[in-house]
Amino acid sequence: MPSAPPSLRTIPITLTINGRRHDLDVAPWTSLLDLLREDLKLCGTKKGCDHGQCGACTVLVDGVRINSCLSLAVMRDGAEITTIEGLGTPERLHPMQRAFMEHDALQCGYCTPGQICSAVGLVSEGHAHSRAEIRELMSGNLCRCGAYTNIADAVEDILEQQQKAAAE
Amino acid sequence: MDATAFEDKTVTPLSGPMHAARRHDSAHKHVAGSADYIDDMPEPAGTLHAALGMTDRAHAEILSMDFSDVEKAPGVVCVLTARDMPHSNDISPSHLDDEPVLADGLVQFHGQPAFVVIAETRDQARRAARLAKIDYRDLPHIIDPADAIEKGGTLVTKPLTLKRGEAETALDHAPRQLRGRMRIGGQEHFYLEGHIAFAIPGEDDDVTVWSSTQHPSEVQHMVSHVLDVPSHAVTVQVRRMGGGFGGKETQGNQFAVLAAVAAKKLNRPVKFRPDRDEDMCATGKRHDFLVDYQVGFDDEGHILAVKANYAARCGFSSDLSGPVTDRALFHADNAYFYPHVLLTSQPLKTNTVSNTAYRGFGGPQGMVGGERMIEEVAYALGLDPLQVRKRNFYGEPGSGRDLTPYHQEVEDNIIARLVDELERDADYQARRAAILDFNAKSRVIKKGIALTPVKFGISFTMTAFNQAGALVHVYQDGSIHLNHGGTEMGQGLYTKVAQVIADCFQVDLERVKITATTTGKVPNTSATAASSGSDLNGMAAFDAARQIKERLIAFAAERWQTTPDAIRFVANHVEIGEERVSFPDLVKQAYFARVHLSAAGFYKTPKIHWNRETGRGMPFYYFAYGASCSEVSIDTLTGEYLVERVDVLHDVGRSLNPAIDIGQVEGAFVQGMGWLTTEELWWDDKGRLRTHAPSTYKIPLASDRPKIFNVKLADWSENRQPTIGRSKAVGEPPFMLPISVLEALSMAVASVADYRECPRLDAPATPERVLMAVERLKRG
Repeated sequence: MPSAPPSLRTIPITLTINGRRHDLDVAPWTSLLDLLREDLKLCGTKKGCDHGQCGACTVLVDGVRINSCLSLAVMRDGAEITTIEGLGTPERLHPMQRAFMEHDALQCGYCTPGQICSAVGLVSEGHAHSRAEIRELMSGNLCRCGAYTNIADAVEDILEQQQKAAAE
Repeated sequence: MDATAFEDKTVTPLSGPMHAARRHDSAHKHVAGSADYIDDMPEPAGTLHAALGMTDRAHAEILSMDFSDVEKAPGVVCVLTARDMPHSNDISPSHLDDEPVLADGLVQFHGQPAFVVIAETRDQARRAARLAKIDYRDLPHIIDPADAIEKGGTLVTKPLTLKRGEAETALDHAPRQLRGRMRIGGQEHFYLEGHIAFAIPGEDDDVTVWSSTQHPSEVQHMVSHVLDVPSHAVTVQVRRMGGGFGGKETQGNQFAVLAAVAAKKLNRPVKFRPDRDEDMCATGKRHDFLVDYQVGFDDEGHILAVKANYAARCGFSSDLSGPVTDRALFHADNAYFYPHVLLTSQPLKTNTVSNTAYRGFGGPQGMVGGERMIEEVAYALGLDPLQVRKRNFYGEPGSGRDLTPYHQEVEDNIIARLVDELERDADYQARRAAILDFNAKSRVIKKGIALTPVKFGISFTMTAFNQAGALVHVYQDGSIHLNHGGTEMGQGLYTKVAQVIADCFQVDLERVKITATTTGKVPNTSATAASSGSDLNGMAAFDAARQIKERLIAFAAERWQTTPDAIRFVANHVEIGEERVSFPDLVKQAYFARVHLSAAGFYKTPKIHWNRETGRGMPFYYFAYGASCSEVSIDTLTGEYLVERVDVLHDVGRSLNPAIDIGQVEGAFVQGMGWLTTEELWWDDKGRLRTHAPSTYKIPLASDRPKIFNVKLADWSENRQPTIGRSKAVGEPPFMLPISVLEALSMAVASVADYRECPRLDAPATPERVLMAVERLKRG
């Protein structure tokens, strides 16, 4: 890790996070993940490996799922960001959050926010049509507890509901 | 315990009694991202951050350490070394004084922490830690266990011998015998939430530490030992961990101690959260083993004698390597009776990180070695390995085939029934015949199928650890506060114990508040480990609830002028003769009558005893059983493979919560499959761990899960011992089910030499290793 330049200026950016506009001054090397967790105290997004390999930090940027640890915050100036807190709250859950709860699609829970954001992104991408495809396209999100069966069940449930709604 | 714990309550108007499938108590928070882990807690003003200063040698003397650049770096508050530990620099959990908090003059593994930087931000601390200049004088290092044996085999702790009969004589007289060596790899826990500790100093000697630990009492003892303050000054708390799997049984001690030392020294809160790569380099893993075995058998495949040595890479210190290697020996028999047996352990010292607990605690390695011997016998005789398995199963009590190598009788054997049912339900025989046929015709793709059993002993082998406490308060409004010594790492322990309390008072689960584990409420607890969480804490909580319930009954009998046997707790109410009072009403009245509505519960496992010197005793209260059948296909040109189908039948006694138990079985299977297939730890010749991130260390993905995965609990089973609700422990036993994946891969490999040779496929059976075995067998 190189040592930090002594006095680099911060850069002003604007992000819309969970529907709320934030005007921010950020150091250019701040990852989107650290901005969310450290500065904005949106701690629902988790840091697993900080390498873009585990998926625990997945958020939606303009509707597309990304590893927030691999993106510098300044690269997302002007973007609309949705984190797990923006999908729903315990009182008003997003259908995907509800599906994860109803299918017991979690154990320790640490990968869960990333799994859910990834699943929401997956459904809106429209590429997944089968269980095998769900599993393949959810492979960027590690679950060490091995709750993969129930995770696939939850995603499949929502996918089917959506396909049904589209057909009607 | 009273008889009500064993009544059938599956049909009930209550939400969440024992045996009901209830979701995890924090599920609604996990899906919303509002379940707090330690790094998510708001930091008090003035919080400082710590970073590890790691060494760059596997074995060396430290000649000097120069921190001048570190101390000048922005934000740095101080640097701590071994000399700054106020009382002691040792945190050996085995009390052998061999585990320094920070390396003091001697580096014993690559990456061993030698200092800690405390700074205003975590980023500043981490950057500054890179600026230290350390001079070393290199010493020769030993990384590999085989190398360790060759160079004299220095041990980190006393080995164990298990002996019954005369193995060597019986081997000599056996009609057939063979010998071999198996290498079994280790495993990184890869808990998604890495290690973390957060210490807040208090007045006098006090310090409160939030630690991601499976063993808050040990963290408390270590902090008090290093600080030289009484245990009462140290409070350790943990609400939940983002996974533990054994990796947080002892390995959190270092971070907690360092955070506490810095917090007390600076009188400011200190958070210590290592980076993932540092966590993987500096904390212990599952032990790798080298198993040297000799087995004597007859022409029908009956095992007559077994002699085996289990050598383990323990790393630089003892940590838990003694009990881990002991447990390997306790499971070398798996479900099989060995008429004559001699088993030895060899806990080797190496210049690697000190290996530690990991789900199964040596048991899986013991069992994999045992199953290799079965395979050897089967291939030597041209038999289906399942036939050999069945011929060697433990018999019923009194059969003369029920004694383990540690002289405990197997009294609760259900393995034959489990295996028969799974063989039928998975259609094993027809599928095996079809696979043999397929392999005869298919040139490149080969298939394999295997059905393997599991028998796993439940209890800490250290008898004293088999105790637990709980604290239950009933408040005036009838709400119930529950606390116990167990920790929650995703396994659903909190939910299960709350179900016990709800069941005992016959109230809805929502009335029970589950509270964070803390040494301030329940003292002297054991690690949440050895699959014992529900067995121990469930019974302790039951004991606490029972005391309060008895007081309520005594009060009601007096108040309503009736006898205790006329009082029943039903569906959020209490029936007193003809009267029916709501639970909160009764509690309110009891309060005004000055009834004590709080109780501490306690439990100790009965019957068990173990003498390590003689190798005899009853170390396990009971056994949990399971069986699995796996089918795989391999590509013989690349070694790549797919797990096509898995069927599991597993024994959890009378499940406390079938939803949680099935999750545990599935999850353990996936994790165990990762251990035996794709997860490979690799050290270079300098002793550097080169697989220190998920980029190079491959744990199973959603797409690696078996394509067809049928998991069933043996619903007819119930624990023959009076455990809580007649349930059985579930955390570890299913971890060994995927031995069937390894053996199915082995069969697919064996097909290239017409099944005449045991492929001796070592673990993990990575695609490379499968390919090499295929090539080896093709060459003959």
